[in-house]
Amino acid sequence: MRKIKEFVIVKLIQVCGLASIFFVALIFLFLLKEGLSVFKTVSPFDFSFGKNWYPISEPAQLGILPLISGSLLVTLGAAVISIPIGVGCAVYIAEIAPLKIKEILKAGIELLAAIPSVVLGFIGMITLVPLVKNIFHLPTGLTALSGSIMLAFMAMPTIVSIAEDALYSVPKTYKEGALALGATHWQAIWRVMLPAASSGILAAVMLGIGRVIGETMAVMMITGNAAVMPNSILVPVRTLTATIAAEMGEAVVGSEHYFALFAIGIILFIISFAINVTADLFLQKRQQ
Amino acid sequence: MVKFEVHDLNIWFSSIHALKQVNLEIRSNEILSVIGPANSGKTTFLRTLNRLNDLNAAFKMTGAVELERKDIRGIDIEELRRKIGMVFALPLPLPLSIFENVVYGVRMQGERNRKKLEEKTEQALRQAYLWEEVKGRMDESAFKLSGGQQQRLCIARTLAVDPEVILFDEPCSGLDPISTAKVEDAMVKLKEKYTIVLVTNNVKQAARVGDRTAFFLSGELIEIDATDKIFTAPQDKRTDGYIRGRFG
Repeated sequence: MRKIKEFVIVKLIQVCGLASIFFVALIFLFLLKEGLSVFKTVSPFDFSFGKNWYPISEPAQLGILPLISGSLLVTLGAAVISIPIGVGCAVYIAEIAPLKIKEILKAGIELLAAIPSVVLGFIGMITLVPLVKNIFHLPTGLTALSGSIMLAFMAMPTIVSIAEDALYSVPKTYKEGALALGATHWQAIWRVMLPAASSGILAAVMLGIGRVIGETMAVMMITGNAAVMPNSILVPVRTLTATIAAEMGEAVVGSEHYFALFAIGIILFIISFAINVTADLFLQKRQQ
Repeated sequence: MVKFEVHDLNIWFSSIHALKQVNLEIRSNEILSVIGPANSGKTTFLRTLNRLNDLNAAFKMTGAVELERKDIRGIDIEELRRKIGMVFALPLPLPLSIFENVVYGVRMQGERNRKKLEEKTEQALRQAYLWEEVKGRMDESAFKLSGGQQQRLCIARTLAVDPEVILFDEPCSGLDPISTAKVEDAMVKLKEKYTIVLVTNNVKQAARVGDRTAFFLSGELIEIDATDKIFTAPQDKRTDGYIRGRFG
């Protein structure tokens, strides 16, 4: 009797374990099946590097370069803002802050991670967008820059908590060794702690960026959604994610447009996958 | 000449009284061995001398430690730690070449001149008895060295910043007997130029290299005297018990 119970439980857990992989495979297959159909009408090259996205004109023009550029521009901007602040914050929490401030900061960072992206987008729309408009004297504040700033807030919790973890797990003896040689606190941080934690910090950055590139709601609300090639960070852009979210509802099932949106999904999937794998590689390197 | 004077030193970590009313002096160009069982406070004592305990937020001390009659708390902390080098229990080479490991501390003080750095390296490696073994392979990774060589590399790194005192924190605990002998040879030679404080769990090592020996037990300094005397005619029964291996 006990053996049967044991057997059933083990099998049940096994099913749960395999289910996640099964679902991922299903999703990916579905994405491929729907997405690849678009390449019957447009070549992969024209799709990826075409400069015009007019999915409902006749004939439809399905070039997603403006969308890729939009995503990359917003992500790059967010990275430039969030990496120095995030890593700086992690160093402060791990190395400098007194215990009490450390606790408060960590709680604050967790809170920042808990804000739903639609709320961040809404706040950005009300406060940041008019500010950007006024500062740069633009016709509209719905720009890539606004999106970058808002997304930087979303990437920061990830970057801070993982980078702080990486710094914390550097053996204490490293720091003591440097200090015993007469290093100042800053020299010990810059020349010993940061290099020793570098792979963990890189992983933190990659995961932060991964979060930014997959983000949809906030960017849709504040980047202006113009599917044209951006020529600066102060113009409206549209990202890959926002395109899918905004157009999927209107696309006729089975149309070229519909398949193209799935193909964008494939591209996003590949980008996120690549970023996550890179982050994993860095994390593994750290464990060795 | 007296290098260190310790007066009424008491140390707490939160509510734990780690060192109790310690009074002693450390003379120039001697090797002072510090022995005692685990939790006797010997490492805490060592880390007080270069103020490494200050990193611990729960650390509190009363009394005074004077380096050449100046309170160490009045000396610039980086300056103090440069004067008082430290070699740790586990060899701690950095993931750099042998050369870069030795000049690490020197570079940190802003020395850029390649020739000076090379001179320093050779000098420090010779003093640490490592030069002959590594002279042709300065650009190899320090991780390629054996444990004993790594430890002597760490000694060379400490020597390169021209300290006056060197603190050894159980420097041979992870080494085989032959490597240990080499590190001990280096220490005996080094005392001509430097003052050495050696914390060790190995009582025989204390007897081999120490000019004087201090015995700590539960945070108290039980006895400090010439090594011969400690090992042949200790004043305190507890000292006798420890060096004969009856406890600890």
